[in-house]
Amino acid sequence: MLKTAFNKHSKKILLACAIAASSAITLPAAYADDYEIDTRGAHAFVQFRIKHLGYSWLYGRFNEFEGTFTFDETNPAKNAVNVDINVESLDSMHAERDKHLRGEKFLNTGKFPKAKFVSTEYLPTGAGTADLKGDLTLHGVTKSIVLKVEHIGGGNDPWGGYRNGFEGKVTIKPADFGMDLVKALGESASEVELFLSVEGIRSKALKAKK
Amino acid sequence: MLKNTLTNYGWLSRAVHWLSALLVIGLFALGLWMSGLSYSHEWYRTAPDLHRSFGILLAALTIIRLVWYKISPKPTPLAHYTAVERKAGIAVHHVLMLLLFVMFISGYLITTAKGDPIYFFNLMAIPSLINGVDNLEDIAGNIHEISAYSIIALVVLHIAGAFKHHFIDKDITLTRMLGVNKKD
Repeated sequence: MLKTAFNKHSKKILLACAIAASSAITLPAAYADDYEIDTRGAHAFVQFRIKHLGYSWLYGRFNEFEGTFTFDETNPAKNAVNVDINVESLDSMHAERDKHLRGEKFLNTGKFPKAKFVSTEYLPTGAGTADLKGDLTLHGVTKSIVLKVEHIGGGNDPWGGYRNGFEGKVTIKPADFGMDLVKALGESASEVELFLSVEGIRSKALKAKK
Repeated sequence: MLKNTLTNYGWLSRAVHWLSALLVIGLFALGLWMSGLSYSHEWYRTAPDLHRSFGILLAALTIIRLVWYKISPKPTPLAHYTAVERKAGIAVHHVLMLLLFVMFISGYLITTAKGDPIYFFNLMAIPSLINGVDNLEDIAGNIHEISAYSIIALVVLHIAGAFKHHFIDKDITLTRMLGVNKKD
């Protein structure tokens, strides 16, 4: 009896070991350099600026978004970014303007509530800089854009995590995305600058590997 | 005469009624017109300023009106009004009053949803009380628009009722609000 019980017990342990081993083996190495953008801690910003009458810069942001990126320090070809943005969360610090910008004349968030950026290629251009090509979907239109990316910094944080941060900039023409801002706001509104400023926390899978 | 009697409206009630009528219709027309203005239109900023200010004026006037309604005598409904007419009249008046307050609150919220105050003729800033609710300005804007059209529909009913009394029943319903009914 005792022997049988012991056998059963050891079988369970063996099974557990096998599962653990197999999951360790099948764990893709790519996960190791995956980061989750720290939107929860608000160390990430999706901002834009556009000229007002051609006289000043008007800044705004999207308060709700989430995303991930891969940052492989040894193999930049693996670097990639994915961001999903809730366009309805637009915030330019003025309720009436936000209401207008969400309206049909502009972003039409009732019809196109989501925007997203999916990178397709990461091309290093210098020390800590790169061109990040990708597809931006905005106002229901998907266009290829190139973000000028700068690696700001990275390393251990004081709370046991590991972080890396970047800022990407791109100038888009709203007309390319089906929004006629020039007609509504004048020639100075023909371009909008977008800023993706993100800090990512490396996923825990990496800690197990290191 | 300032005060109402049991048969006629005093000038205060009449003045408040007609001023409210002017403001309701004027604010609707102004609101409709200004929401279609292009950004470069010279009235693009002034028209909403006036709309907000006159809206606050109507809100104040309506509150005074309700207080006056409570404390002053009320002309009694004319004897020949049918039960349906009495009920319909009361219903239209109550819903109109309710929708006016929906308009005041929703209009206030469009402007103040992100913490900005609302200005009354550049004389006074009324602070934001409710903010931090996601897309509050859009929700309030939709309610404001639907309520505005509803009010105008009720105004049409209200005018139709007054005309029916004046032209078909040939009674003093309209004339006593105009103040031209001298029979006391």
